[in-house]
Amino acid sequence: MNEKNNTLLIYTLLYFGFLYVPVLFLPIFSFNDANFMSFPLAGFTTEHYEEMWSKRNLHKALWASIKVGVVASVVSTTIALFAAKAFARYKFRGEKISYGGIMMPFLIPEIILAVAILVIWVNLGFKLGLVPVTIGHTLFCTPFAMLILIARIEGFDFSLEEASRDLGENAWGTFFRVSFPLYLPGIIAALLLSFIISFDEFILAFFLTGSDATLPMYMWGQMRFVQKLPHVLALGAVIIVFTTFIVLLAFWLRNVGQGKAKKDITMKL
Amino acid sequence: MNNSFIQINNISKHFADVKAVDDVSFEIKEGEFFSLLGPSGCGKTTLLRLLAGFEYPTSGNLLIDGTDITALPPDKRPTNMVFQNYAIFPHLNVEKNIQFGLRKLGLSNDEIDKRVKNVLSLVKLEGYEERFSNQLSGGQRQRVALARALVRQPKVLLLDEPLGALDKKLRDEMQLELRTLQKNIGITFVFVTHDQQEAISMSDRVAVMNEGKIQQLSEPNELYKNPENIFVSDFIGETNFLKAETKSRDGDFINVSIEGLGEFKIKNNLNIVENSSDVVCSIRPESMMISKVKSDWDICLDAKICQTSYLGEMTRFYVEAKGIEKIITVSSQHFDNQSFENNECFISISLEDISLLNKK
Repeated sequence: MNEKNNTLLIYTLLYFGFLYVPVLFLPIFSFNDANFMSFPLAGFTTEHYEEMWSKRNLHKALWASIKVGVVASVVSTTIALFAAKAFARYKFRGEKISYGGIMMPFLIPEIILAVAILVIWVNLGFKLGLVPVTIGHTLFCTPFAMLILIARIEGFDFSLEEASRDLGENAWGTFFRVSFPLYLPGIIAALLLSFIISFDEFILAFFLTGSDATLPMYMWGQMRFVQKLPHVLALGAVIIVFTTFIVLLAFWLRNVGQGKAKKDITMKL
Repeated sequence: MNNSFIQINNISKHFADVKAVDDVSFEIKEGEFFSLLGPSGCGKTTLLRLLAGFEYPTSGNLLIDGTDITALPPDKRPTNMVFQNYAIFPHLNVEKNIQFGLRKLGLSNDEIDKRVKNVLSLVKLEGYEERFSNQLSGGQRQRVALARALVRQPKVLLLDEPLGALDKKLRDEMQLELRTLQKNIGITFVFVTHDQQEAISMSDRVAVMNEGKIQQLSEPNELYKNPENIFVSDFIGETNFLKAETKSRDGDFINVSIEGLGEFKIKNNLNIVENSSDVVCSIRPESMMISKVKSDWDICLDAKICQTSYLGEMTRFYVEAKGIEKIITVSSQHFDNQSFENNECFISISLEDISLLNKK
């Protein structure tokens, strides 16, 4: 019994080590007083962070990524909510085809999606920039958002909506007073996940940004110069902290709410 | 008192090729406790949902208090529903749940408070205002669902098997309470159940449904004593069916030859035709007498006990009698399985307890 537990423990430690040790090097070297990622460590410095903060282009790229992320996550979550509601609640003709249609961007290699959008966008005579990136990201995030929302809505007791109608609310009132508050944890989770996916998406951005770089594009651009590596490490460390924060926020939001009742339903998510 | 308060006129509801409700017409009186009773899939719930507005009929129309509601959405109907699973809003506490349906009624805050207070005392839930659904027992949830519907003062309250999820003792209590409540407030109740005992004990009238059609609509004691067909006879209470064949008619009576019993002249309430073998006789287990010695009843058979089951307030005997193919069930409060030697007994039947039914 004990032996078995030890084996599992070792496996678990190896697994987490494999996952997180490389990632941990980023913050370590971001405080290292040298231009190269190599041991032994040369000494502690916050210089790289100061350098990072001073880059105007980085600020621009960050702002671009946030704009794209917010619009893409809001639009894709909205589309996904309507779709998820339809798939979870109703049986209709063309259900499977529509589902496949929405899930497609999830399965098509991203590079092909990127090329396809690029070709159409340019042929329509539009300029490359953040708009096509946002469209691409919306397309790409929708299946993820929909999977999260379907998981939530499928466990939903639809007699609650009937009860609301029965108690005198029309369809809109029912949505805002009953469905929306009960879907909310799922909606927030979908928003956060979509934002994160868009925030670190590279291939679509690479093809479609033109001159307005998003954050991953900016990082990639900087990697070509050895002396610029340290501040990219610093940036990477900040992104790790930020991403962890968002995920924790999502968990916290799932459990917060009026009474334990809400928690019980959200556990299904 | 309006005798046709709810009018159900030639209502049919088809789902694809299933006729869930098949050309049903009847009326429900104002202030009546009316039950729709039947096995699962008989169309009773669909009929209730048609009244609530969650489904729209394939054909026919519905009137409540003289107004045609056939095409109205649920929020425009003078009905409220108590759901089978109660459907208490989990993100709202008891008080907010009850207030939910009052917002659209244009009441003053004082009036809202007053109504909520009254209804809470009506269902005995004072002090539970702040609780959430998962902090309530099944019985309390049921009361919240009831309060939430009643606070809107509907013309008709629809109840979809509201006692199904409760344990037996609580269910018996709630049956009594619901019945008293309904008499006190005088609102018309339409109650759906598959439990015949529940329907019989609570209702003013019961409509027994099967395969989308009303099999019989009458007062509870009529259902039990004078079932109109084999389905109702079988569904309400327990019974023994014996093969039979009708002979000649004699006014209100008819001569019948019954399997293993012989030929008798019995009352022909259902106007059954002569010389037909498409009929059966039904005899309730508790209308027969089991005894150690011969009796002077109309019919007395020699029989042998195959099996007994002791039920506390009575014992059920499964007996074999000569000339009767099926095992007959007899129940008795006087004897138990210790009473008979060698399993030999006598079964006595009175002619007035035999009812003659058409097979179809």
